Order: sequence, then structure tokens, then C-alpha cells
Amino acid sequence: MPADLKEGRIVVVGASLAGLRAAEALREEGFTGSLTVVGDEPHAPYDRPPLSKQVLLGQATAETTELPMRRDPDAEWRLGVRATGLDLLGKRVLLEDGESLPYDRVLIATGTRARPWPHEDEAALDGVFTLRSREDGAGLAERLAERPERVLVIGGGFTGSEIASACRELGVQVTVTERGPAPLVGALGGTLSKLAAVMQRNNGVDLRTGVTVTALNGNGSFTGAELSDGSRVDADVCVAALGAIRNVEWLADSGLAAGPRGIACDAGCRAFNMYGIVTDDVFVAGDVSRFPHPLFGYQLLSLEHWGNAVEQAEVAAHNMVNPGPLQRPHLAVPVFWSTQFGLNIKSVGVPTYSDHVVIAQGSLEARRLAMVYGYKGRVTAAVTVDMAKSLDYYRHLIETAAAFPPPPGAADRAIAADVTIPSDVPDPSVLSHGPTVALTGHLPDRRLTVV
Amino acid sequence: MASETLLARITDYSSRPDPYPLYAELREAGPVVRQADGSYLVGTYHEIAALLHDPRMSVDPRTRGAEAQQLPFLRLDDPEHHRLRTLAMRPFGPPHTPHRVDGMREEIDRITRELLDSLGAGERIDLVDDFAYPLPVTVICRLLGVPREDEPLFRAWSDALVAAADVRPGSDTTETDKAGEQAKMEMGGYLVNLAEQRRGKPSDDMLSAFVNEPDPALRLSREELAETAILLLIAGHETTVNLITNGVLTLLRRPDQLDLLRRRPDLLPRAVEELLRFEPPVHMRERIPRADVDVAGTTLPEGASVVLVLASGNRDPKRFDEPDRFDPTRPDNQHFGFGSGIHLCYGGPLARIEAYSALGALLPRLGTARLVEDPPPYRQNAMLRGPRHLPLHL
Repeated sequence: MPADLKEGRIVVVGASLAGLRAAEALREEGFTGSLTVVGDEPHAPYDRPPLSKQVLLGQATAETTELPMRRDPDAEWRLGVRATGLDLLGKRVLLEDGESLPYDRVLIATGTRARPWPHEDEAALDGVFTLRSREDGAGLAERLAERPERVLVIGGGFTGSEIASACRELGVQVTVTERGPAPLVGALGGTLSKLAAVMQRNNGVDLRTGVTVTALNGNGSFTGAELSDGSRVDADVCVAALGAIRNVEWLADSGLAAGPRGIACDAGCRAFNMYGIVTDDVFVAGDVSRFPHPLFGYQLLSLEHWGNAVEQAEVAAHNMVNPGPLQRPHLAVPVFWSTQFGLNIKSVGVPTYSDHVVIAQGSLEARRLAMVYGYKGRVTAAVTVDMAKSLDYYRHLIETAAAFPPPPGAADRAIAADVTIPSDVPDPSVLSHGPTVALTGHLPDRRLTVV
Repeated sequence: MASETLLARITDYSSRPDPYPLYAELREAGPVVRQADGSYLVGTYHEIAALLHDPRMSVDPRTRGAEAQQLPFLRLDDPEHHRLRTLAMRPFGPPHTPHRVDGMREEIDRITRELLDSLGAGERIDLVDDFAYPLPVTVICRLLGVPREDEPLFRAWSDALVAAADVRPGSDTTETDKAGEQAKMEMGGYLVNLAEQRRGKPSDDMLSAFVNEPDPALRLSREELAETAILLLIAGHETTVNLITNGVLTLLRRPDQLDLLRRRPDLLPRAVEELLRFEPPVHMRERIPRADVDVAGTTLPEGASVVLVLASGNRDPKRFDEPDRFDPTRPDNQHFGFGSGIHLCYGGPLARIEAYSALGALLPRLGTARLVEDPPPYRQNAMLRGPRHLPLHL
């Protein structure tokens, strides 16, 4: 009954990028019923990528990253209120203030939060930060503006590397510690991680790899850290860039397939329950979801990407107000970007879903290249460094499951464009930080039985 | 086969007023249509998009054996293209000069006003000669630092160069090629001389910026400067004139859409995008495969001439709903009006601002305007297609 789907009550839990885009798309799709958006942060939806870039550099303030609205979603905004539970049978979202919101369909877009430094006392020292929220960005930017003697960044993932880049651009000394062999190795594999390490060192970063931080020192205020190799780093600011934790705890009793890797859903963004049965009134979008993708062996992907939040939210919204035969799959090829140390890094596909790589165009020496990733003889990803306009070609190769390595004839073809080398993507567990792309489908996942 | 003569029929002057039925025939015969002379035509959106992004598709005429010493970045492949385009971008756009184009809005509006004020009311005008041509020429002169009064000089060179670059299957091009070479030499000399006058005495224009670059690694050679300056001057005024003229023609043919825009000028940016789709200033671009390239079951052989009919891709019903309808409110309008891929129009942001200014200022006066002849006389050029004159009663 299509007419009915355009009416009724929809609750969106999560008032960030995915939640906002879904709310807008619901109206765009002709939904005329009541729409409520719940968010635990007290702010209107805002953009996070600038928080580790322009905001730290003082080019923008954290309060100015509010997301522009494509249209007024005509929603009731319940901001600053945390959702504490989901009653699937009674079809209600439970809120921390004791209220509960009845729904006909619900979208879960609760995203992730920063993984804190594990020792609570040390994490509470003045000068110890994580970076995820607007407040985090404002607080860290304020400290950096005071030009500290040295900043310690724990974790060499994208967030940690961007923070280190901002520090150097501000002329602030920075030490980066990474348990793995190089920065960005978890996302980009061995070859590009070596370029990332060179870029950090050339830009004056004190990069320590293969080490962990064993303790944060300070008496009230952070003064330095002990490292596993016996050395110590004196610093007055510390940022724990350890990756993200999915905001799923509120669903522990819900009966949904929710666990530390996210909430499993089908290609149409419909959540699975704990028995692996798909629900028809609970949808998931954004960082908190894990969904099957045919280009990557139907493994369940969880992506902490801006673009995925937008596209998945739009698909979820469409499917929430359209009957089965008119529903769409979320098949977008993953895309993300990072800017650091003057380089523009863009990725399409899933680089970690690879066994070999080639540099197809450009060169490491020129700091401008297209690295193509292959898995069992087909192209599965590409990463460009200062060559973003080439990305669409490689996206086409990924979408058409083209043979790896890519065919000859490209302009600016690298000398060794036929020579494939192992992609050297490490097991995420060796890294300081959590992965921003997790392939989870084929891994035994005990958490599915926890709920 | 009739489809083997499509390019000849498209480029035939009699097709200029309305090439779109031929484009429909091309898409029907396609996606890839071989021509009798061994060249290939592509007119469907998705195939054009794929080829525009394919690094195996060269823009360099030397890839098909043509002789050329020096080429502008428009006709060079990476990495040379990237190096030269990046250097040319430094004084024009982000990241080094993010405010140049935006900062010209007021000046462009002023030039627009002056031109319109000189037109008067109730008169018969030629929109091309009286407005759509002088506007972008004045803007690009100001931007580059070229004296406006030298226009007759560089107009002749520009005509010769644009004619030499046109697609003309089956015709003897010796004369036009020679004239083009001669024009290029003279125009290059003229522009380099202008730039040299500013060495050490920089003014706020791009030629000054090019010759006064302090970092030797970021300097253009004399030949590169000549090629780049010629390219910017020509591209800056041979294309926007079509956009503005096509815009007025399209609106005068559709009183309902004109009326909509007059009531809702906020739709103007979207209307300009729709114009870039519906009547693009550039209809075709050539590419040459650097290796055999498979497209939709056809192999484009290495070294062949492949003509991408961008204006046909813009009318592909597999990409755009009701493609032959001009709809200023059209959503999801990712047209080829500025191309796509690494050669995406360098001056697109400037062209947009010029079109907003020109059409925005004309809108109030178009309500009572009428076309003197429809279709108007067209320029010879099939690639840069647009009316040569557009007589109007204002």
C-alpha cells in the first residue's frame, strides 16, 4: 500500500550527517507524516571533516561547521536527548528523559564516537583530547592556538595524521606514535604507508612506529608519555586518535544484530535482528551500519566515510517510503578523502580488499600518483595522491570488475605499471587505531549472539 | 551506410541551426559509429563520460601522427598537461588565487550595465556584436592584461586559429592549417611582448603574474607562455559568446520559460546549467586512443581519431529525462557543457559568472524583445557552435 508508506510516524535516531540527509530525503520522496529526529548532542547537525583540518588551523571555528539544509525537513528536533532503547514489538524509541516515541518506521543513524584513552585517570588529565565532536575540535584548536611546546598524537590513522599535519602547519612540534609499521598502513597498505611516513618525517613530524604508549604522565595536567620502547615523550597536549566506537550500546536489549562492528543490515538498509532475520520497519544508515556489498564478496562493510553516510541515508529514506519492488540497493562504491601535509589523498573502492597493488600513473617521487589495488586478478580499489580527477576512471574499472592490473596505454603511466607488488594490508589488530573500513562478513562474529 | 557519413553531415554548414536530429541518429546508430574516413563518433552519455575519464585517451594530435612542435595544455596529456595547467591556474584560481574570479563579479556587472546602456530601447540590435561578444572579450582582456582596443588584431588571429582547430572531415585543410600556424606565431609574439612589458612592473593581471613569478621552477618558458596566453584569450571569448547568445535565443523561443525566469531570477544559476546542457558552446572534442580501447563492444584502435559529441551526450535520453525539453528546474543535471575529466573547462567558473551577469541583466528587457529571424545565421564552426548574429528588436 504505497500511499500508507508516505504517511505515518518516522523517527530518525541520530542528528548528524546521515540523519539530516535521510530526513531531507524522506520529504523529497513525498513523506507527509510526522518526522522526529533525536540527537544526543545539543547541536543542529554539523559537519565533522573540517574539525581535523580547517578548525585546527584556525581557518574556521568549530561553531561554523553546521550542515546546510537542502530543504527544510519539517521535523521535530529532539536534540540533547539520548536514545536509550528500542522496543521492536511495541515500536517505540526510548529516551533518557523517560519519554518514548512511537514509530511506524525507525532509522538508526547513531554513528560512532571517539575511542577514548583506555585509562580513565590518565584520559582525564588536562591537555588530553580525543577528536570527534564540535567541542573536541574547539578545545583542541584553542590549545593549538596557544602554541604548545609539543603535541603527542597516539595513532597514525587518518585522524591522527591530519592532526599531525595541522600541528606542523601551525609550526607546533608533534610526535606521532603508531603501533603498526607506518601511518595509514591499515587503510592504504604497505607502499602508500611508506610515502605517508616520508611525508610526515619531511614535514618535521617525530614519527615513532612499532611502539605503543604505555602511560600518560601528569599531575592534573598532561606532561608527557611513556613508550613501550622505554623512551618518553615530553609534551603538553595529547590527542588519542585511536579510532571509533560504534554507538550501539543503547540497542543491547533490542534484539537487533547490533555489536561492536555495528548493526548488520541488508543492501536495502533494513536491519537484521539477532536471528539474522531482516526487519521491515527498522533501517540503518551511516557509520553505525554494516552492509553487504556485491563488489567486495558480499562481506559486511562498515565505512566511516562522509560520502557513505549521505548515499546510504538517501537509499534508506527511499526504501522507508516505497514498497518492496520499488526499493533500491545501496551499491555505491565507497569513496573517501583526506588532506594532509599538502597532499590530497582520495580513495575509491576498498583498498583493504586486496592482495596486490600497482602504481598505474605518476610516481612516488613526483608525490602524484594513482595506486590501483587488485584482489584475485580484478580491480577492487584505487587511491590517488594529488590526482583526484583520475578517480572516475578507476571507479569504472572497479564497478565493471575489470582485470587487474589495469590495461596499458594510460598517460603518465608509471614505469613499473605492470609490476604488481603485495598490498601489505595488515590485520587491523596490530594497529594503534581502529580501521575506518572494516570487512567483517567472513570473520566469525560472536557478537551476533550477545544480544 | 548512412551512419558512415554522420560526421560529414553534422559538420555540413546546413546542419548548424539544428544538429540535434543528427545527434539522435548518431545515438541510435551507436554508441560507437565508425566513419568512412576511419574516424569514430561517440554520442551517448555514458560512453562519452567513460572516454573523457580514460587516461588512455589522448588529446595530443601527435598521438595520431600529426606534426606539432608546441601545444597548449588543452592538447597535451599528463604529466605535461598537469604541469602547465597547474602553472596557468596559479594566478587564476584556488588554491593560490581563490578570489580572482569571485572578485570580478562587480566589474563584470559594470561592464554588462555599460554595454546594455549603450543599446537604448525600441531599437534593432545584434545581440552578438553589440553585447554577447564584447562582454567576455572585455572581461578576458582585463583578466589577462590585454588592451581592449587591440581587439580587431586578435580577433583576426583568433578566427584563423579557431577555424584551423575545427572538425572538417573530407575537406582540404592545408590552407586553413597554414593560416592557423601563421596566426599562432603572430598572436604568440604579440602576447609575449605584452607580458614582457610588465616584467618587473607587475600590474594586477595574469600576464604580469606569469612573467613575475619569483620561483624559477614555477615559471613558464617563452613558448609555454605564448601557448598558454593564446589559449586563455581565445577560450575566454570564443565560447562565452555562444553561451550568452544561445541563452537569449533559447529563452525567446520559449516565452513560458522566460516568464518563469523573470518571475524567479533565483533560478538563474540552474537555468545556466540547463543551457550548458541544452545548447552547449562546445559541441565536440577529439580524443585519440594511446592503445586499443574497448567501448561498448567496439574497439577504438590506437591512433584513431575519436570525436566525442558532447552536445549529443547532453541530449541522451538514457541519462536525462525528456532531454529535448529546456527545463531550468531540472534536477541532477551533470552535463558536458564544460567537458569532464582532467581537461574540465579551466574557465568554467568565470563563464558562469559572466552568464549570470549577462542573462540576469537582460531578463527584464527580454519580455518585449522579439527575434528578427529564426533561425539566426550561424558561425561556420561546428565544434564551437553558436549564432554569428542574433538580430533582435528590444
